[in-house]
Amino acid sequence: MKSLRRGWKRLLGSFSREKSNMSEELQSHIEMQTEDNVRAGMLPEEARRQARLKFGGLDSMKEYYRDQRGLPWLETTFADLRYAVRSLRKSPAFMIVAVLTLAIGIGATTAVFSVVDGVLIKALPYPDPDALVGVWHSAVIQGETFRNANQSASMYVTYLDNNRTFQEFGVWNNGASSVTGIGEPEQVRTFRVTYGVLRAFGVQPATGRWFSEADDSPGTPETVILMYGYWQRRFGGDSQILGRTVTVDSRPRPVIGVMPETFQLNGNPEIILPLRFDRGQLPPTFAYAGVARLKPNVTIAQANADLERMIPIWAEQFKMQRFASLGLRAAIRPLKEDVVGDIANVLWVLMGTIGIVLLIACANVANLMLVRADGRQQELAIRTALGAGRGRIARELLAGSLFLGALGGLGGLALAHAGLRVLVAIGPANLPRLSEITIDARVLAFAITISLASGLFFGVITVIKFARPRIATVLRGGERTASQSRDRHRSQSTLVVVQVALALVLLVGSGLMIRSFKALRSVHPGFSQPERVQTLRLAIPPAQVADAEAVTRMQKAILDKLAAIPGVASDGLIDGLPMDLGTQSSSPVSVEGQLDDGRLPAVRRVKFVSPGLFQTLGIPLIAGRDFTWNEIYVKSEVALVSDNFAKQNWGDARAALGKRIREGTGGPWREVIGVAGNVYDNGANQPPAFIVYWPARVQSASMGVPGYAPRSVAFAIRSDRTGTESFLKQIQEAVWSVNSNLPVAQVQTLNDVYEQSMRQTSFTLIMLAIAGAVALTLGIIGIYGVLSYAVSRREREIGIRLALGARQREVEAMFVKRGLMLASVGVGIGLVAAAGITRLLSSLLFGIGPLDPITYAAVPLVLVIAAAAASYLPARRAVRVDPAITLRHE
Amino acid sequence: MPEKSDVWQGTLALMVLKTLNALGPLHGYGIARRIEQTSQNLLSINHGTLYPVLLKLEQEGSIDSEWGISDNNRKAKFYRITKSGKKELTAAEREWQRASDIMARFSALQGESS
Repeated sequence: MKSLRRGWKRLLGSFSREKSNMSEELQSHIEMQTEDNVRAGMLPEEARRQARLKFGGLDSMKEYYRDQRGLPWLETTFADLRYAVRSLRKSPAFMIVAVLTLAIGIGATTAVFSVVDGVLIKALPYPDPDALVGVWHSAVIQGETFRNANQSASMYVTYLDNNRTFQEFGVWNNGASSVTGIGEPEQVRTFRVTYGVLRAFGVQPATGRWFSEADDSPGTPETVILMYGYWQRRFGGDSQILGRTVTVDSRPRPVIGVMPETFQLNGNPEIILPLRFDRGQLPPTFAYAGVARLKPNVTIAQANADLERMIPIWAEQFKMQRFASLGLRAAIRPLKEDVVGDIANVLWVLMGTIGIVLLIACANVANLMLVRADGRQQELAIRTALGAGRGRIARELLAGSLFLGALGGLGGLALAHAGLRVLVAIGPANLPRLSEITIDARVLAFAITISLASGLFFGVITVIKFARPRIATVLRGGERTASQSRDRHRSQSTLVVVQVALALVLLVGSGLMIRSFKALRSVHPGFSQPERVQTLRLAIPPAQVADAEAVTRMQKAILDKLAAIPGVASDGLIDGLPMDLGTQSSSPVSVEGQLDDGRLPAVRRVKFVSPGLFQTLGIPLIAGRDFTWNEIYVKSEVALVSDNFAKQNWGDARAALGKRIREGTGGPWREVIGVAGNVYDNGANQPPAFIVYWPARVQSASMGVPGYAPRSVAFAIRSDRTGTESFLKQIQEAVWSVNSNLPVAQVQTLNDVYEQSMRQTSFTLIMLAIAGAVALTLGIIGIYGVLSYAVSRREREIGIRLALGARQREVEAMFVKRGLMLASVGVGIGLVAAAGITRLLSSLLFGIGPLDPITYAAVPLVLVIAAAAASYLPARRAVRVDPAITLRHE
Repeated sequence: MPEKSDVWQGTLALMVLKTLNALGPLHGYGIARRIEQTSQNLLSINHGTLYPVLLKLEQEGSIDSEWGISDNNRKAKFYRITKSGKKELTAAEREWQRASDIMARFSALQGESS
């Protein structure tokens, strides 16, 4: 305790400046002794001598006192730092450039790291997240392996009853429902779960309770749990919410709980509804994602084995042997993989990119430091000559660069804070775990680490180079009067070469992304002028319109109202808009005359469309004709197919007409009456989907699925007035004139959908382009800096050359050649590195290979031209020098 | 010097505390003189050695200091014992008392046998 207190006092003592008091005190002591001595009868001279004698070694005492008063090592460190800072302050331009460069590098790296950390590294925000798994199957359909096969309700029941490895297990899916009765009708995103799902996540509601098994059973009151955001937004965080009823899809549901703010899910659902399966009548579709919490100490391999044990039980119990051909296997994986999805690749590429930018920034600052230390050679030499140790000088150089690093880090954090918002805003719409991206302790630690590491990096380079100045040479003034040897430039040149090489890698990367993006853009998506197609989504819940036939009539009535709006060319409806990845559905589709042995046919995209839809979206009809409303009313069994579907099955579009197909292996055959152009339904970077189009009406029961009508559909309207406020208002009025309880949702143009599907590519492109541009700029500044410096050091030599009759052009060429030489070496190294590194980009590229020759030719050219320009400027300045003036300097 | 006088310093610290406790605030020279007088000049110290002890005691919080004016109108730093210094002193005195008691007993023992 005592020594602690003393240490603290000494620490404080290191900072205070009370030193003079000490000698004053000792002085007064000696004076007093002297006076006493005089009083005792000594002569003044003798009295003083005796007093000093009595006191003992005054100077050694002072020194001891000084050491004990503070912490000497701390004081020297501070002295070093103070000295370094003072000398930095003397060159503010240098300091500003260095700190800004570092701040940009560190800020960008920190911002991206916080995204990587929030999305990829941080554990999921649920208790004991490592035990959470996504339950999936792999299946083989027509030779293709799918790893994302869902479960059916009957599988859920089987696994729930028979598993040995799950502590909790449930299935879920996402959907949308209309909420009415509070303000305007609204469509909300729903998370439908069996009761085990919330238990598996293990997050307790903020108020109320989880779903129980009873909530899952048909016959009990239907309940709802609110997500925090919805509760806040729609109910103002009403604390009396429990027991209030919310009308979801026209059915009143009592609220039984509100989830806490921290509970976030992908897709940002707003309410949670129980999935209620009637064990006597389970729906046959494989439409549910599974989630489980493993029992303690159970591995994923064990869980997979357990699941595979249960697959035969399921097949046996539910007579599902016909699915044997699917080769169903268990594919359980950590839930985090489900949550993060395929964004990981993009983020790591981004992280690598930004890391390279930081390296370039560090190289630039290192270069500046070298130049500066070079200018201080004389000062350093004098200090050495006066007895400063090598360690002391190294420490001061290092203290200066660490200080710069710290300043850069501080600026970087501020930048990161601002940049993070931008990053998240332009990030892909499917960027998961958005709410978890923050600048937290780990990000802070990261920023501090890279700031100090950068400081150390360029500090060490300077120390190695300059901590032992060649006193004799420098003091003799040799450096000022002689031209420099090649060696003196070597470290600067190396840094420039490294910068150019790194910049080349980044530029090649962004070049590849630009080429990919162009290739993507040039893919005709299958529909035309999407910016002129207004879309909106309407869902008609059964509780409002029970009769499926009436749903179709209501949809037709809305279409008629919409068509009557001035400026509307045509309209139609479809259940899943092209390229709208969230709304598509697929089913096995049989072709008459193929696979009649009862095996499962290939899965195809299935879309329900109304007459007029193809015309509205601008999808051409290659053969045959569109549906008619009459066919819908009389329920003709007709279909359209996509061009590639027709070619695959019958060789030609015309040949498809009159052929018959059907969904699954039961149900009525439908006659193909038309062939529509291919649509890149899975995004422009995927091959066009094989699509079958059914008329949007009540479907006949098949494969155990009772007849149903598509109730949630997108309405598409072609008009020149898309996006205008008056137009949107008229649309809303038209819808509400038919049914005032229908929420109008997802109002967007088809072009918005198209852009969304490209967002991941464009995001990667923008980030790489920014990184590439920064890298190029820094690289150019690097070349420019080194050459300007060389020019300024060689002014005398240039003066002599010019005085002796060298032609200006020759002198210019000398410098430009040097710049080009550096750039070429950098480009050479960079090309090799890029060839290796851009392979990592492969999965993000489209239409070109990672070794795309055009990119690899264009980028070095750009770099070399830029380098030439950067070298020419200082060279020109050199020859402008008047020889008389330069030589007179000496 | 510091190394060599460590043991000495321990006892010197105690003397300083005792002096300050008995006589109230004193400047360094005063303390030195008092110690010499109390020991009836059996103990002659280099006055310089006093200052590290004062510094250490002050850093530990046993004494406090303040600039003031001495009797003969000279600016001097006055030291004063603090509450925790008094506690320290009591504890140290008890310690010393015990040590010297023990030593006394041993001395008595020797006296008997000889």
